[in-house]
Amino acid sequence: MKLRIKFKKQGPVRFIGHLDVMRFFQKAIRRADIDVVYSSGYSPHQIMSFAAPLGVGLESSGEYMDIEVNSVTNSQDMINRLNAAGVPGIEIVAVRELPNNAANAMASVAAAAYTVIFREGREPRFDYIKELDSFIKQESILIKKETKKGIREVDLKPGIYQLSADKEGIHMLVDASSAGNIKPVKLIEAYLELHQESLQENALCINREETYTNIGTADEPQLVPLDDIGEDIV
Amino acid sequence: MNTKLALSDDVLMKVEKPARYIGNEVNSVIKDKEKIKIRLAMCFPDVYEIGMSHLGIQILYDMFNSMEEVWCERVYSPWVDLDKIMREEKIPLFALESQDAVKDFDFLGITIQYEMCYTNILQVLDLAQIPLTSAERGEDMPIVIGGGPCTYNPEPIAEFFDIFYIGEGETRYADLMQLYLECKQNGVGREEFLFRAASIPGLYVPRFYQATYQEDGKLASFHPLKAGIPAVIVKELVKNIFDTYYPMKPVVPFIKVTQDRVVLEIQRGCLRGCRFCQAGQLYRPVRERDVEMLKRYALEMLANTGHEEISLSSLSSSDYSMLPELIDFLIEECSKKHINISLPSLRIDSFSLDVMSKVQDVRKSSLTFAPEAGSQRLRDVINKGLTEEAILNGAALAFQGGWTRVKLYFMLGLPTENEDDIWGIGDLSNKIAAVFFEVVPKEMRKNGKVQIVSSTSFFVPKPFTPFQWARQCDKEEYLGKAYQTRKAISSQLNQKSIKYNWHEADLSVLEGVLARGDRRLSQVILRAYQKGCFYDAWSEYFHNDLWLKAFEDCGLTVDFYTRERDTADILPWDFIDCGVTKAYLIREWKKAVKQEVSPNCRERCQGCGAARFDCGICLAERNG
Repeated sequence: MKLRIKFKKQGPVRFIGHLDVMRFFQKAIRRADIDVVYSSGYSPHQIMSFAAPLGVGLESSGEYMDIEVNSVTNSQDMINRLNAAGVPGIEIVAVRELPNNAANAMASVAAAAYTVIFREGREPRFDYIKELDSFIKQESILIKKETKKGIREVDLKPGIYQLSADKEGIHMLVDASSAGNIKPVKLIEAYLELHQESLQENALCINREETYTNIGTADEPQLVPLDDIGEDIV
Repeated sequence: MNTKLALSDDVLMKVEKPARYIGNEVNSVIKDKEKIKIRLAMCFPDVYEIGMSHLGIQILYDMFNSMEEVWCERVYSPWVDLDKIMREEKIPLFALESQDAVKDFDFLGITIQYEMCYTNILQVLDLAQIPLTSAERGEDMPIVIGGGPCTYNPEPIAEFFDIFYIGEGETRYADLMQLYLECKQNGVGREEFLFRAASIPGLYVPRFYQATYQEDGKLASFHPLKAGIPAVIVKELVKNIFDTYYPMKPVVPFIKVTQDRVVLEIQRGCLRGCRFCQAGQLYRPVRERDVEMLKRYALEMLANTGHEEISLSSLSSSDYSMLPELIDFLIEECSKKHINISLPSLRIDSFSLDVMSKVQDVRKSSLTFAPEAGSQRLRDVINKGLTEEAILNGAALAFQGGWTRVKLYFMLGLPTENEDDIWGIGDLSNKIAAVFFEVVPKEMRKNGKVQIVSSTSFFVPKPFTPFQWARQCDKEEYLGKAYQTRKAISSQLNQKSIKYNWHEADLSVLEGVLARGDRRLSQVILRAYQKGCFYDAWSEYFHNDLWLKAFEDCGLTVDFYTRERDTADILPWDFIDCGVTKAYLIREWKKAVKQEVSPNCRERCQGCGAARFDCGICLAERNG
């Protein structure tokens, strides 16, 4: 059976890269004695996949990983066992069973919500809360993207679903699919460029609030958290 | 969760692998600062990935943290990129668990596993903002204590340490901690504390000893400066490791480290008596751990860490008497849980081949033989009892079992070595390749090929071995021998099947100088460090030219330290008693020159002196 695990990544562990997070979970699953399925062949590995890799330095309240297991107890027990075998900073918040026909985590990712804060002393000079509205009202938001074939111009606007700002920070809901992924730092850079400013080094604290899948259609999208399609196990 | 980080986000985002510096790993120990009385920082003076792979620190970490009043944390050498930033921004070196500055701790323990880390010891002290020499440290500085195999000749680094712990760490630290607390409570100062520590068995406090020199530079005398401290320091060892202490919850790193697995120490010491090998002499007598305990430990450690691999650690695992039972148990348990078993170099025979085929993919792994010398004559000199017949038989069995890769380890520069011995390396490599073509019929050969990889390292004479008096080759001689070896291999019939690797020569020379050096070398080490030398064990950072300049600046030469010694000489490490007697080592040195072999401890006791520790194999029934 397929399980979708939701977890947070906060604090010092934000400096652990994605591949090391995978390795962390492989060992945590062993420590927690979860009945995970192994692939067949000469070097069997745990059947595990992640939704969207999180860059080093970012925190998150809504990360997802799918695993395949032979048997389970119940959601709360799985959560407790994984947390007991884990470290502070990586907290399991949900374990849900997926329907058999569910697409894998990575393929399911449609969007992600971020909160971005400027570090003290590295804010832009202009009033970024007030000016945000005119930024998003532009016809297009073009950035230069470096690809193997050279520099391409990409329009960020279609991939920005929501954008607002208050004293808690800049909140955005953006495309996070593998084809159209928008990095918060790119969006902020484009915003600052509109006001002839550039982003200082390490200026941003970024928290990924949630990762979403689209249970509607391309024309009428309906974004829900990635594990909404699963069920708690009792 | 300890969210405090010693390094800012800016710094962590700039350096390679920031996870090296954040702590918070699974099984790392956090204690309440208010509730403990002694803070100890345990250091491996190399980068995190190397230090975290060391079993010794895990054992001590666990041991110290089991003491209620002690909190032991870890610290490793910052990598080159962070080192630069820490100096520029004056960030003091910090321990991983609390992220607090090491200079505020009570003790800084440094494990010294190889000579080429000596400049990193200075790096650690320097970054910690602790004065580099013991003499300069004030009352508020941590006590700097060194342990590990290099403490058996601590003299080149004696000036940098307050105390050395000679031997196995499980025995005397409780006494030292107690003494420290007593002194602290009674307002006893640093000098007096160190003086009292000098009377604890196994502890060497360099400031209370003096070395004097003859005109020609040789050691004239070495003696304690005060009454009441021992003139000879006897090593500490754990007599009964049969069912003693073992760390059940080793710290699990987030990033990939060199030893990313559970390490099971199955025995300590070795019974073989190979004459070039220092570890084999230092850890005598060989003591086995109980197999039932090992089985339990293995399962518990795997459950507490979640590692996917387990390995066995000892100097000569094939000699562990319960090896078949232990391996059968591990194979059964591990296959259930998809856990790999990594076996150390085993003697190649039908048993080990059978076992290895069960745990490894024979198509991808290689078999290792360590003849160490190319001819039986030279193998007899070094007392490595591996015969050509045994090697060829083992190879034949292996090839029939499906292996197609063989690794051979040799040394160049061994005492009495001649051209025929070097030729023998090529000859033996060739014979093994020939065996492949003999025993494996054409249709069974995958890609028709066998690959033999022959490697030579350069022999370095070490203290407390029968070869401690031997002359060490210089760089040109080493390279000349490597060149001869290369010719010996390339002229063989099967030379296409043989690849040859050799090591850095100047690094080996320096290793030998430091291994058999005296106190005057501390000036050279300091000078080399001041010139920018560190991470010497890493070839991309080793600068031989700077080291040679350091020697020049201090008026000392490399050749003085690589010279042959006289058995009547006072050696800088003579004040340490590691169990084996000088008389025994001289006997073995003389036998070596006459190409006479000595039987191993299980076959016949050679009276090395370790029997007075009254434990391990010395208590077993044998001849002689």
